[in-house]
Amino acid sequence: MLETYIPILMMMAGAVAFGAVSVIASKVIGPRNPNPEKLSTYESGVEPFGTAHTRYSVKYYMAAMLFIIFDIEIVFLYPWAVTFIKFEGSMQTYALIEMLVFIFLLLIGYFYMLRKGSLKWN
Amino acid sequence: MGIELLITAIKITIVVNVVLISVAYSVYAERRVSAFIQNRLGPNRVGPKGLLQPFADVLKLALKEDIVPSNANKPIHTLAPMMSIFVALTTIAVVPFGNTIELFGSVIALQITDVNVGILYLLALTSLGVYGITLSGWSSNSKYSLFGGIRSSAQMISYELSMGLSVVGVVLITGSLSLQDIVIHQFGWKWNIVLQPVGFIIFLVASFAETNRAPFDLPEAEPELVGGYHTEYSSMKFALFFLAEYANMIVASAVITTLYLGGWQFPYLQTFGLPPIVTSLLQILVFCLKVAFMIFFFIWVRWSLPRFRYDQLMNLGWKVMLPLSIANIVVTAIVVSLLK
Amino acid sequence: MQWTFENIVIITFAAIALGSAVMMITRRSPVVSVLFMILNFFSVSAIYLMLRSQFVAIIQILVYAGAIMVLFLFVIMLLNLQDDKKLTENISYKKLSAVIMALLLFSSLAITAYYGFLGKHKTLNPAAETQGTIESVGRELYTTYSFPFELVSLILLAGIVGAIVLAQKKFE
Repeated sequence: MLETYIPILMMMAGAVAFGAVSVIASKVIGPRNPNPEKLSTYESGVEPFGTAHTRYSVKYYMAAMLFIIFDIEIVFLYPWAVTFIKFEGSMQTYALIEMLVFIFLLLIGYFYMLRKGSLKWN
Repeated sequence: MGIELLITAIKITIVVNVVLISVAYSVYAERRVSAFIQNRLGPNRVGPKGLLQPFADVLKLALKEDIVPSNANKPIHTLAPMMSIFVALTTIAVVPFGNTIELFGSVIALQITDVNVGILYLLALTSLGVYGITLSGWSSNSKYSLFGGIRSSAQMISYELSMGLSVVGVVLITGSLSLQDIVIHQFGWKWNIVLQPVGFIIFLVASFAETNRAPFDLPEAEPELVGGYHTEYSSMKFALFFLAEYANMIVASAVITTLYLGGWQFPYLQTFGLPPIVTSLLQILVFCLKVAFMIFFFIWVRWSLPRFRYDQLMNLGWKVMLPLSIANIVVTAIVVSLLK
Repeated sequence: MQWTFENIVIITFAAIALGSAVMMITRRSPVVSVLFMILNFFSVSAIYLMLRSQFVAIIQILVYAGAIMVLFLFVIMLLNLQDDKKLTENISYKKLSAVIMALLLFSSLAITAYYGFLGKHKTLNPAAETQGTIESVGRELYTTYSFPFELVSLILLAGIVGAIVLAQKKFE
């Protein structure tokens, strides 16, 4: 079983090498004559002011937080989906009801999220 | 063991080169198709019909100066494009481009590797795509870059949910996460697009959002964000982002083909009584044609639909696609258990 | 312990995991720490894979590297900890004693693990080959462990509600 993962490791090594070679190649081939104007941050021709690292809307943070929770739900759905077709008779009905309860409980959370307007973008 | 490693190395080399050349010609195709749609000519000067244009572009980018803004975080600024290309190239590893082929007396699987957790591998690597974009935005220390990067990552994670959930429908029917099993299951007329039409549409829309393609190309909405997350990039680092973007589109087309359009299957091809080698080669050809059609579809949509507004985009992801994909799972599960 | 190829691979990844963990807690820039933590998750995932837990290995990347670290990165970027100096801490006798306690705890755990567990399992249990697949995880999770599974959904529900309540209170 481990041998199926060796190609993935090779592929990953190849991808890292490809990225590294491209970046280094451009350093070697490309010209180099920097000046302060060229190295300043692009701000549509205006003098750059302040830093870009300021605070941003909490909405992005909310989206990431809720994403984790639903992502874990997906993780639980996959083993279920793989085995579902292999369960026999009443066992399958049991698995179905089990998952319906699981999804129902998460839907409560989902509707709570909608009611509270946590993801209202404007 | 040694010979198998050699075969794998050859397969990887071929697949990566095919992807890179497809990237070059997707860019060319994009420019020609958009020109056709907008009643222009498009690039037609370098080589016959402009066919050498992509290589001229790469050469030009490689000869440009690599500019790193003085207040950028240099190591991360360099690392970000490498992370993007890493994700784009490694995802193709589990996609089957044919069944098996007999060459020199040994049977070779036409897939780089067939892992037990195939679909989860795809989802896991796709979810890493966020880093290249977020970190490029952050490390550039430019307002446009950071805003493009954050917008883009929020968009990608939102649509990742519907993407992951829509594939559960396919897994319910097949009972396996191996992409080869999923393709084999789609014999005859039983393509998953017929069995899972809702799942197909959700997956298609989510792929557009995941690859940051129009109408979901807000991260680089040029009227408001200049270049988005790669505003401060130049030379080969910019080229890597560009390459990753198109490679992602090609991989997305290949995955859509595999999961919903029957992969390398051509209805009832095995019953025609052709010699096995011809069947295998035809299957590869069929797969390539389907992928090419999907790439054309991506380009076609980009030049036909207007861009979404950001609130519309997030609402579509969280309030339409997410509940719809959950409903799709429930309905599929009930139908599967009733049919048995 | 034998120096088989597999053991060497496991030890290599364990070394990477340890090294990246040390780098993670010693870096000044939180974003660099996040990057080392992702490397750490990858090497831990590789160790799971060497123990034939394919499902757990891929979940480690999907959930930890692909979701939780994204949140970390968002928080770091959005809170904007501009001044690195605020993050550096001074060593006091309290912290020193905490380090000593942690070392004691770790060594006792290591000794227990070595004599009680490691010595007995010199080779991989052949059943591990099939138990790590997603099919066997699914078969067990939805039959034998169906009650804990349902509890998970309650915990996730609590997570959703908690996230919303906290964010709403703090920022509105």
